[in-house]
Amino acid sequence: MIVVNGLRKRFGSHTALDGMTFAVAPGQVTGFVGPNGAGKSTTMRVILGLDAPDAGTALVAGRPYRSLTRPLCHLGSLLDAGALQPGRTARDHLLWLAHSQGLPGRRVDEVLERAGLQTVARRAAGKFSLGMRQRLGIAAAMLGDPPALMLDEPFNGMDPEGIVWMRRHLRELAAEGRAVLVSSHLMGELEDTAGHVVIAGRGRVIADTGIAELLSTAAAGRVTLRTGAASIDAAAGVLEGQGASVTRTDTGTLTVTGLPAETVVQVLTSHGVPFAEISSHRATLEEAYLELTRDAVEFRAVTGSQGAR
Amino acid sequence: MSGFARVVHAEWTKFRTVRGWTAGMLAAAAVIVVFGLFPGMRGTCDDSCSLPVGPEGGEVTDVFTFVHRPLAGDGSVTVRVASMTGQLPELTGTGQRPGTAPWAKAGLIVKDGTKQGSTYAAVMVTGAHGVRLQHDYVHDRAGKPGAVTASAPRWLRLTRAGDVVTALESTDGTAWTGVGTVRLDGLPATAEVGLFVTSPMYVEGHGTAGAAGAPSLATAGFDHLTTTGSWAPATWTTERVGGPADEDRPLGGPPPTAAGEEPGGDRAPAAGQETGAEQTGDGFTVSGSGDIAPAVAGAAGLGTTISQTLVGTFAGLVFVVVVGAMTMTGEYRRGLIRTSLAAVPHRGTALAAKATVLGAFTFAVGVVAAAVVVTVGPGIIRGNGVYVHPVSPATELRIVAGTGALLAVAALLALAFGVLLRRGTAAVTLAIVATVVPYLLAMTVLPVSAGAWLLRVTPAAAFAVQQATPQYAQVEGLYTPANGFFPLEPWAGFAVLLAWAGAGLAFAAYRFRRRDV
Repeated sequence: MIVVNGLRKRFGSHTALDGMTFAVAPGQVTGFVGPNGAGKSTTMRVILGLDAPDAGTALVAGRPYRSLTRPLCHLGSLLDAGALQPGRTARDHLLWLAHSQGLPGRRVDEVLERAGLQTVARRAAGKFSLGMRQRLGIAAAMLGDPPALMLDEPFNGMDPEGIVWMRRHLRELAAEGRAVLVSSHLMGELEDTAGHVVIAGRGRVIADTGIAELLSTAAAGRVTLRTGAASIDAAAGVLEGQGASVTRTDTGTLTVTGLPAETVVQVLTSHGVPFAEISSHRATLEEAYLELTRDAVEFRAVTGSQGAR
Repeated sequence: MSGFARVVHAEWTKFRTVRGWTAGMLAAAAVIVVFGLFPGMRGTCDDSCSLPVGPEGGEVTDVFTFVHRPLAGDGSVTVRVASMTGQLPELTGTGQRPGTAPWAKAGLIVKDGTKQGSTYAAVMVTGAHGVRLQHDYVHDRAGKPGAVTASAPRWLRLTRAGDVVTALESTDGTAWTGVGTVRLDGLPATAEVGLFVTSPMYVEGHGTAGAAGAPSLATAGFDHLTTTGSWAPATWTTERVGGPADEDRPLGGPPPTAAGEEPGGDRAPAAGQETGAEQTGDGFTVSGSGDIAPAVAGAAGLGTTISQTLVGTFAGLVFVVVVGAMTMTGEYRRGLIRTSLAAVPHRGTALAAKATVLGAFTFAVGVVAAAVVVTVGPGIIRGNGVYVHPVSPATELRIVAGTGALLAVAALLALAFGVLLRRGTAAVTLAIVATVVPYLLAMTVLPVSAGAWLLRVTPAAAFAVQQATPQYAQVEGLYTPANGFFPLEPWAGFAVLLAWAGAGLAFAAYRFRRRDV
C-alpha cells in the first residue's frame, strides 16, 4: 500500500529524514508517532511527491506518487485542514478536487454525507470551525474511494466529540480493508484506534510494532503494594527473597517489579505479612511510547533548562 | 476525458468558485466599458465634419493651391522652383514668424480633376525633406535632399504616358535625374496638371502629452514653366482645392489648438487672401496652406481614433494582473498548493492548466469589453462633437482581439510572477510595475523619447495592438501614445509582451517543477 524505504532529506544543516523505512499494511490503522521534529510530516510530504527526498523511495500502490494518473483514487491524504480558499464553499472545494480526478459531482455529495457535512456544504469553508475543517479534509481524502489514507495530526485542535468521531471513522475505514496511516505526536490519541504503530525519532524509525506487543513489553508487571508501616520491611524482605526488585515510594507503599500480582499475594500470604491493598499496574500506551522514545526525543535537555530559568 | 482536460476542468471549477476572482475579472471589463462609454472629450464637430477618402480607402487631407490646365493624353510639364518661403504661427502667442514648415510642399501635380480625394501623383520640393515623389496620399519616395534657396533652385519635371507618371529633378535644367515612376490606375485620359503649393498644420509638442498646432503658409516662386503635349485651354486656372470656405480665416486667425481640447472640425487651411497665385513673367508665385496627405488623428490632426475608446484598458489591466497573480499566491498563502499538487502531481500539467484557464477567461472578458466599447464608443464620442476616424473591420478586429490578448498574456505574466515570488503583494506589485506603470508614465509625465523607450522594451509595449491608424513619416504629427500612436507595430509590440510572459512562465515552470512545496 504505502512503502517507504531509506528516505533521507536535509534542510540546510538540519537532517529531517535519516533513513526512514516502514510499510503500511491494509486493514488496520497504523499510528505514525513521534515527537515534533521526528520527520513525520516530511515523510508524508515525500510520500505525496511534494518534497523530493535526497535518497530513498516512497511508493504508493507500487509506484511513485508523482507517476499516478488519478492519485486521489490510490491514496487519500489530509495534511493541513486549514489549507482552504476561505471564500470557496465546502462543496466547491470538493468539486474541483473531484473534477481533477475525473469524478462526478455525485461523488462529492456522497463524501459530504459520510463526513456529516451535508447541511453546511454550501457555506464558505473559511467560516468552518477546526473540527468541521477536519471533517472536510477527511471528505476530500475519501473522494477517490482510495485503498489507502494518510492523515497528518488529524486530532489536533479537535474537541472531544470530534476526537471520538475521528477515532470511530478511522476504525471504520480500516475495517473496510483500507490502509490508514495516522500521524500524531501524542500516543494517547491513538489508544483504541491504532492496531500498529511506527514510532519515529530523529528522522528514522525507532519501533515498528503491533500495539499489543508494545504494551506487553512495556507493561512488564509493576505492582503497587500498601502495607502498614510496621510490616513494610518484612514485605520488602520476603519479596526480594523471591527475586523481585522493590522500591519504597513513600511511607507504607512499595512498588514491586519482577513478580506478577498473584505471586506477590501468594508470597505475602505464605509468609504471613499483612497488607492493606495491592494493585497491578498496566502500562499505558503513552508510557510505553515515552519509554521507547526517551533517547530519541530531541531538545529535551534544551526544554529542561528553559523550564528551570 | 484526457488528463489535461480533466485538470483544466478542475482549474476552471477552482477559478469560478472564488467570487473575488470572477468579480475582479468582471470589474476589469466594467472599468474598460465605463472609460469607453463615458469619455470626457468634447468637441465642436457635427455631421458635416468628415474627411475626403483617398483612392486606397483611407481618409485624406486634400487642401492646396492648384494652378492647373487640363492635359489630354500624354504630355509633360517642367518648371523651376526658384524660391520657397513661408510663415509659421507663433504657437505661444498670436502672429506669425518667417519660416518654412518641414513638410511644406511646392511642385508639380497630375490629378484626376480637382475633387478632394482623387488620385494624383506629384513631384515636389519640401521645406526640410528634399525632393519627393508622392502619389495617392499614402505613398512617398525621396529624391535628392536639400532645400530650395535663391542660390540653389530646383527644376522639376512630371511626364504622363498612359497610366504611368515619371518624375525627374535637376539642379540646372539640363542634367536630369529620375525621382521615380508611379502607376495611377484610375487616372482619366484628361487629367488636371499644374503647379501646387501647400503647407501643413504646424505642430509643436510641449511638455509631454501637450501639444499645440496651427496652420502654416508656404509661398513658392515658379519660373521657366514649359509644357509638352495637348493642353487646353491656353490659360491657367487657379483654384484652392479644399477651399474656399475658409477665406474668412486669415493666417494666424484661429487660436492655436491645445491638446485636450480636440481640434474637431477646426482644422482648416489658414489662409484667406494670402493663399492664391499670381502670374509672373514665365511662371507664377503660388501660396498655399493645407496638405495632400493621409489624415492623421490626434492633437496634430483631426479628431481621434477608436483607440480612444479603449483608454480604460490600463485600469482593467490592474484588475487582471491582481487576479492573475492571486490565483497562484492564494494557494501558497494557505498551503492549498499542497492539496492541488496532491491531486495533480505532475506540476507542468498543473501550471499549464491554470495558465490555460486564466488566459482563456481573461481573453474572453477582454474581447467582450473591447468589442462593446469599439462598437458603441465611437458613436458616443461623435455625439460629443469629436471626429472619430473610421477604421477597417480588419483593424477593428485586430484591436478587439489584441486587447483581449494583451489582457490575457499580461495575466499570464502575473501568474508567472505569482509562481516565482509566492507572495501576493510582491507578485501583484511587480506585475503592475511591469505592465501598467510604463504605460501610464509614457502617457503622462515622461518625455516622448523616454516613453517610447519604455513602450519598446517593457511588457506595456503590447498596448501597440490598440493603435488604430498608421503613422506616416511624410506627415508631421504628434505620434505619441497619448495621441494613440505607439513606437512599435501592433504585433511587434504584442510580441514583446509575449516574450516577457513566455520567458516568465518558462522560468516559473522550471522553478515550480523543482521546488519542494
